[in-house]
Parts: sequence; C-alpha cells; structure tokens
Amino acid sequence: MAQTLTETAGTLEAMMPVPYAVTAKRQDTYDTWTLELEPVDGAPIVPGPGQFNMLYAFGVGEVPISNAGNFETDERLVHTIRAVGAVTKALCAAEIGTIVGVRGPFGNTWPIKEAKGKDVVIVAGGIGLPPLRPAIYHVLKNREDYGRFVLLYGARTPSDLVFLDEVKSWQSNYDVDLDITVDAGDTDWKGKVGLVTKLIPPAQFDADDARAFIVGPEIMMKFVAQELMNRDLPAAAINVSMERTMRCGVGLCGHCQIGPTLVCRDGACYTWDEVENLIAVKEL
Amino acid sequence: MKTLDAVIAESPVFAGLTQEQLEFIVGCAQNVHFDAGQTIAKAGDNADVFYLIRMGEVALDLDVPNKKSVRIDTVEAGQVLGWSWLIPPHEWKYDVTATELVRAIAFDGECLRGKCDSDPVLGYALLTRFSQVLVGRLQATRFRLLDIYGTDTH
Repeated sequence: MAQTLTETAGTLEAMMPVPYAVTAKRQDTYDTWTLELEPVDGAPIVPGPGQFNMLYAFGVGEVPISNAGNFETDERLVHTIRAVGAVTKALCAAEIGTIVGVRGPFGNTWPIKEAKGKDVVIVAGGIGLPPLRPAIYHVLKNREDYGRFVLLYGARTPSDLVFLDEVKSWQSNYDVDLDITVDAGDTDWKGKVGLVTKLIPPAQFDADDARAFIVGPEIMMKFVAQELMNRDLPAAAINVSMERTMRCGVGLCGHCQIGPTLVCRDGACYTWDEVENLIAVKEL
Repeated sequence: MKTLDAVIAESPVFAGLTQEQLEFIVGCAQNVHFDAGQTIAKAGDNADVFYLIRMGEVALDLDVPNKKSVRIDTVEAGQVLGWSWLIPPHEWKYDVTATELVRAIAFDGECLRGKCDSDPVLGYALLTRFSQVLVGRLQATRFRLLDIYGTDTH
C-alpha cells in the first residue's frame, strides 16, 4: 500500500530526511544515472506509481525525483537522475555505499487501476520514461486486466533513450505495441526519426475506451495531448505528470504553485483538462 | 485485391479528388518495391518522382562533411515521400534509403506536372495537398528546434 507524507504536512516526519544507502548504480546515458537505494535502518518507504521523493545530497541540497522502481516485485527505491545542476550532479556522483537523505513519498498516484478494462496508451519523452515505469510494470503484471497496451517513446537522440533494453524486452515478452522515435539519428540508428507526436496517428487504440499517461517536458506533453485529442481521446482521459520546483513536498512553501494548485500536494499527476488552461498561462 | 486507384483514393493526400482527377493520377502511377538498404534517391538527383509508401520505412539522411550522416527523418507506411517533383529545381534534398523492404506507389512527377499545366484545377488540387505535406514538415522542424526534451537545472 502506497504511503504519502503529504497528509502529515507541518510535522517533523514530513521534513526529516531518512538516511538511505546507495546500493546499486548504473549509467543510463552520458548524463543520466539510475540509483537504487535501501534504508540504513528501519522500514522502507513504499511509494506508489507516480509519486516522488525528495532526495538530499548532504551539504549540497535537495531535489524532487520521481520514483522509477518496479513496486510489483521490489521494495528498493529506484531513481533515475539527469545530472544538470549542483544537486543532481552530486547525486549522480554518489558511489555505492554513499548515504543520501530521502523524504517521501509525496504527491498522488497515477490512476492506473481506474484504467482497468481499457486500452492504455503511455507516451514518454526522454527521461520521462522512468516515472512511468512503475505504472508500466503494474499493467504488465496485470496484463489480462487491460486492453491494448501502447507504449510510445521519443527522445532527442538514440543515446538519450533510457532503459532501452528493458523497453525492448517488454515488447518481446509481453503483448505491448511499442514504437520509438528520436528527433535526430545517425545511419547506425535503425528506428524511426521524427517527433514523438508522429507515433500517435498510427497507434492502435480505442479512443472511446482508453486512458493515456504522458510524462515529459510540458511543451512535449502539450503537443502529445493535442495529438491524442485529435484521435478523439477526451482531455479527462489523458493523464500527465507536472514538473515544477517542489521544495517542501507538503504544500507549505508554495514553490510549486500553478494557479490554484500546488503540484507537490495536489499532483504531480493531473488529467489534461485540469492543467491545460494553467499551462497556457505564460506567467504561471 | 484492391486496384491501384482504390489504394490511391484512400490516401489522405489524395482524399477529395474527383474520379476523373484520380484517373489522371493513376495514369502516372506504378507499383514499386525496394529491398532493405537499397538507395531510392541521392541528394541532388533529379526529383521526377514521388512515392506513397504502402509498407516499410525509408530514411532521409543528410551528409555532414567530416561527420557521420545525420538521419533527418523517416517516412512510414501511409505517408508521402517527396515533394521536390512539384517545386523547381526538382532535385532531391536528402539521400533516401529503404531501411527495410518497402512497397510503394511511384508517381511520375514529370507526367503529373504536364497534367497540372494543362489542367489548372488538378494543379491547384495537388498544390493544395502537397502544401499540407510541406506545412507538416515545416511544423515538425520548428517543433524540433524547441528541443522539447531539454533539461531542467536542479
């Protein structure tokens, strides 16, 4: 059962990092690493699909990172991190055995169980795949509960695709309609080249009875949502994960506010009709 | 088995054309296939043909001096490959290669240009449709300039 610390806002527990040790580390791309974390002592945090944790590189700072673990079989925390700022660079540089602080889990979960009986369309952009990984594993484990399972994945270049071997194994081992494209390839790249949106028109799903889950930069989610709506998928059936600057994680500091909603408390998972108009406001 | 004109009529790029116009177009069309790895066109070649891809995938590559070729785009089943047949100087802009077995309908661009010259209504209809293809490519290019998978700064 997924926990959430959001309800404990204002308590010491919500703000106190728990020490976790890095127990495994893998480099995914030239700037992206995946860390596996286990608690130094005590019970592990049990997140749900779509939730995030605050990871603390001691002496440097704290960042929100989505959970990428396969919660169906494994209680280890898995976080895929792109080294782009001081904190993420420190986390990506952490060696096995390094202690980091973990707060969480925060936020709501993907409504993946509500998609039972429906077609599921997952669209991931770049490093947007790891936050969807828990939901993907849930569908794979309960494959007979869902209709068609369409997984569309786009990235800037072939070297920006993460979990690629695993993604291909889903295609070969399960009933998954997988399609991958990159913005720019080279002649060694044997797959499609072009925008991730080009994968949507030929995708096979029943728009009257489907749920979509999208993770990527907001601009990508916007164009993908528009393309899905061109296929007559209602905005309420399209789920996105918003990325804003979460700080406290419990709705106190307001850093992640978008209009009337606080992403750390009310999100990060929203339906497209909840956030479409908010994203359109430049000042937000 | 579907006839060539039935297949062409079902393509979005030719949707809405009259039967007479379709018959004109079919007169300039033939089935072709390319093996995986086969070169379909080289940049600078005369572009007197375009294709409606029925099966398989083709890649558009651009040679960059002193670097590996860059794969600009891929064109898949149901899409149209080539617009240079319509717009001077009628030259392919990229190297075009079949990445897998490709079955397509090839349209003789010179034949169609002649028909467009003698029948401006058909010419306008085709120009409108290929403008949509071009606009789609332009929007995709602009979209890529946004670098939508760009990084954040935590």
